[in-house]
Amino acid sequence: MTAPFFKFGYFNDEVSLIVAFILGLAFGFLFERGGFGSGRMLAAQFYFTDMRVFKVMFTAITTAMIGLFYLSWIGFLDLSLVYFGETFLLPQVVGGLILGVGFVVGGYCPGTSSVAISTGKIDAIVYAIGGLFGIFVFGEAFPYISDFFYSTPMGRVTLPELFGIDHGIILLLVIMLAIAGFTAADWGEKFMASKKEGK
Amino acid sequence: MNVKEWFHHHDHDNVRDGELTPMHYTNPYLIGLLLGIVLLATFVIMGRGMGASGVLSTVVAVTVEKISPESVQGNNFYMGYLGDGESNPLKNWLMFEVIGIVIGGFISGAIAGRNKFVIEKGPRFTNKKRLLFAFIGGSLMGFGAKMARGCTSGQGLTGGALLSVGGWAFMMAVFAGAYAFAYFVRRQWT
Repeated sequence: MTAPFFKFGYFNDEVSLIVAFILGLAFGFLFERGGFGSGRMLAAQFYFTDMRVFKVMFTAITTAMIGLFYLSWIGFLDLSLVYFGETFLLPQVVGGLILGVGFVVGGYCPGTSSVAISTGKIDAIVYAIGGLFGIFVFGEAFPYISDFFYSTPMGRVTLPELFGIDHGIILLLVIMLAIAGFTAADWGEKFMASKKEGK
Repeated sequence: MNVKEWFHHHDHDNVRDGELTPMHYTNPYLIGLLLGIVLLATFVIMGRGMGASGVLSTVVAVTVEKISPESVQGNNFYMGYLGDGESNPLKNWLMFEVIGIVIGGFISGAIAGRNKFVIEKGPRFTNKKRLLFAFIGGSLMGFGAKMARGCTSGQGLTGGALLSVGGWAFMMAVFAGAYAFAYFVRRQWT
């Protein structure tokens, strides 16, 4: 095992900040190329008029997922050293629902609003200010909602572990789900386009 | 080249009859593939994924501490973003990553001729209402992201690729919430 490089001490904290900046540049560039800098483009996926954001997002997840599996399988990457948060099912589902409503009302999510702001979208600036306010409200309310915040803990758990199914099988299922999603997205776009023409 | 020019910069290819026509977006699957490779590189190099909303949380926690230091004491949410008090909490990995995202987005937009000061909305909606909706949506996002322990970047992209149960549950909920509510704000976008 040689990766993750940082966890094996190949470079220090100071260097990791430079790495963060360089990776951020790549993310930002690709986000903008993906259409994430436009609130209209982001919202379009919720009306099936243009599904490119959905396609970009799920292609990215699937690609990284396959890469992780492969690199860990050949013994290059120690997956147990890759950090991700513990699952608290109920608060994460409720938080997701709230964020989803905020997404279609506000037009962005935190990462996409960063590239929307830097490409001049004024509504994205207002959105980010709203984001700060929402986090402040959460912070002030935290003592009262912390019981719910820490409810339904499941630890650091993955889908293969939860269902007791082999990692590779889950991978295949996700790939099939993604292909089905892309097909449905294309179909939705065509349907909405023909509906518009028919008017 | 000054800032104003950057926002109106475009290649000759983008000019049609003197009007600025932004470059077409690249194929979504190609961009998704490249994004996935950069995400994979992040895992391999750092042993962690990307994130975004954590930066806003740090800004809020630092501000609240500045204004009323006693109110953050005993609040585990704020304390989690303030670090051990030894180093500046604003000097962290996510902060540098998000600065990169902002600049990377700007560079891409400048090359494609998409950097422009606008308010994004559908044709039937007023600017005032759009900005109000942006604020409300942003507030919901901020609250929801903190409840979910991350946003579309940290839980969705990162948790999704790592097959995290919480990440997938979160992402399904985001799409469920957005599709269910889309009808009520359709005048804003369509």
